[in-house]
Amino acid sequence: MNEAIDAAIARHRDRPGPLLVVLHDIQAALGYVPPEAVPRIAAALRLSRAEVHGVISFYHYFRERPPGARTIRLCRAEACQAVHGDSLARHAEQRLGIGFGETTADGRHTLEAVYCLGNCACGPSLLIGEELHGRVTPERFDELLDGAGSAP
Amino acid sequence: MTTTVWVPRDAGALSLGAEATAWAIAREAAARGLDVTIRRNGSRGLYWLEPLVEVATPAGRVAYGPVTAAEVPGLFDAGFLDGCAHRLGHGPTERIPWLASQQRLCCARIGVIAPADVREYEAQGGLAGLRRALGLPPAEIVRAVSESGLRGRGGAAFPAGRKWRTVLEQEAPQKYIACNADEGDSGTFADRLLLEGDPLAVIEGMVIAGLAVGATQGYLYLRIEYPQARRALDEAIAAARAAGLLGDDILGSGRSFELEVRLGAGAYICGEETSMLESLEGRRGEVRVRPPLPAVRGLFGLPTVVNNVVTCASVPAILAHGASWYRDYGCGESRGTLPLQLGGNVRRGGLVERAFGLTLRELIEDYGGGTASGRPVRAVQIGGPLGAWLPPALLDTPVDYEALAAAGAPLGHGGIVVFDDTVDLAAMARFAFAFCAHESCGKCTPCRIGSTRGVELLDRIRAGTDTEVALERLAALCDTLRQASLCGLGGMTPNPVESALRHFPEDFRARS
Repeated sequence: MNEAIDAAIARHRDRPGPLLVVLHDIQAALGYVPPEAVPRIAAALRLSRAEVHGVISFYHYFRERPPGARTIRLCRAEACQAVHGDSLARHAEQRLGIGFGETTADGRHTLEAVYCLGNCACGPSLLIGEELHGRVTPERFDELLDGAGSAP
Repeated sequence: MTTTVWVPRDAGALSLGAEATAWAIAREAAARGLDVTIRRNGSRGLYWLEPLVEVATPAGRVAYGPVTAAEVPGLFDAGFLDGCAHRLGHGPTERIPWLASQQRLCCARIGVIAPADVREYEAQGGLAGLRRALGLPPAEIVRAVSESGLRGRGGAAFPAGRKWRTVLEQEAPQKYIACNADEGDSGTFADRLLLEGDPLAVIEGMVIAGLAVGATQGYLYLRIEYPQARRALDEAIAAARAAGLLGDDILGSGRSFELEVRLGAGAYICGEETSMLESLEGRRGEVRVRPPLPAVRGLFGLPTVVNNVVTCASVPAILAHGASWYRDYGCGESRGTLPLQLGGNVRRGGLVERAFGLTLRELIEDYGGGTASGRPVRAVQIGGPLGAWLPPALLDTPVDYEALAAAGAPLGHGGIVVFDDTVDLAAMARFAFAFCAHESCGKCTPCRIGSTRGVELLDRIRAGTDTEVALERLAALCDTLRQASLCGLGGMTPNPVESALRHFPEDFRARS
């Protein structure tokens, strides 16, 4: 883990304003930004630990705990609400047995709210990992959950 | 002889199964021993037809859609490779009325070319603007953009030329071009369509901006919610570099411009330009107090042009065809064209680029065809989460920055979201405050605290407890937010709340 952190720091420390780039790199490698990363980043970039922690906690995308195997980011914004995105959100919570921001007990799924995926003519939308799905009905949601998420 | 079939690799098309469609076409062609070349374009923005497959025939490209993988064998049976008729056929793509009636200046190439193919880009009019700019003194480039009347398409609608002139006039060891691709407004996707469908136009626009103001380094701040746009941009930047559009000798001119993509991290506020600059510098995306303007002290304290993706992508054609060519489109102080985005509960959603001046009704009824659910349109949200709610009676307002502002509905980034009669506007007003609370950067008190007080007041109003007092306090709260917030997030959150209350008062009465 420390190797991944140090590698990310080494790769980007000479860029101007590198902190977000470093954090993205670490989260891409580890799935989250572990607490151990904070002092290492702070020391390398000559920042205080508070500054690094402040940035991690400011941005909704960065997380400090490991996520489930698959992260589902479901759009809660207005254009998806216009096409029953709220019922899909309720269905997702029920089906997974968790609320937004939580991970299932078996560690398979993390459910997160996002505000707009730029697919507003094809809602309701969600991302599974980096794969975008549109016009997702509750039935389709179940298929995606069961069927490893291949397209229709 | 091989037949070319175009299948979009646009995130929206992929979200509806375009990848499986492409595989099915390849598989079916192989099984039938037919020579088919599958090429990947962006989306033309006709989202009710996605995945929209196009076959290149001697008579031009012929469209079929929506083509799911299951429809593919039937299309082969019908002879779609020869452009034959089929239930899903729409004839020549360019003659689909929804598309043919548009005025695509900025989005002329989306869905037409392979996005990272520099040769195709050039064949379709790309690079003419950059070549022209390379032969002009900086002040002349700025003058062309000023005279075109182009205003910032991100939402603030500030004259682009005036911003560029300010940066040009600064003496500084380094200047920057920062392209804002943090398209966070619900209902908007024009930036994404351009980044995935014609990223070279965005890059070309940034390079021209650099030549105009004397900046050699550009940053493109892309939201993390757009992974497909990131892939498209990476490919396009590599292609642009290989073709000499980026680097230290742009098209052999000896001039240089470098470009780096930086990713956001899920903060809506970073679409606000000073917050975006903070984020680019690696900090919390807290807004800066202005002045100084970013044009004077921007990224890393140096003069910076901050332009939205659509603004950048509009520049090359202005340089190529001249300022008056662009200015002749539009009306009043709103010159040129605007890529409008039609979404939500709408039958035919997608991208409509037209000159300013068409009415919202034309957009929603003629292009949109009413709601997808078939129920009556009850409300339309204009300009994203900080825009306004309008009832059908006000849809004859023309799309024009000033006319819409006068109707209390700032156009923002041009997103139009349609709702049917099941919408509860009091719930949407509550959502506006909740969203503001969720996304507030916390720097100023009205936004940080006021947004949560707003949620509480709406809860009381919706529950019918002490409604009169709550409504009075709500008016005062909106006033405070508008007057005392540091930026548009707090300052404009009253827009959706007050417009919902004004136009849909019945939703704010207690339900029994």
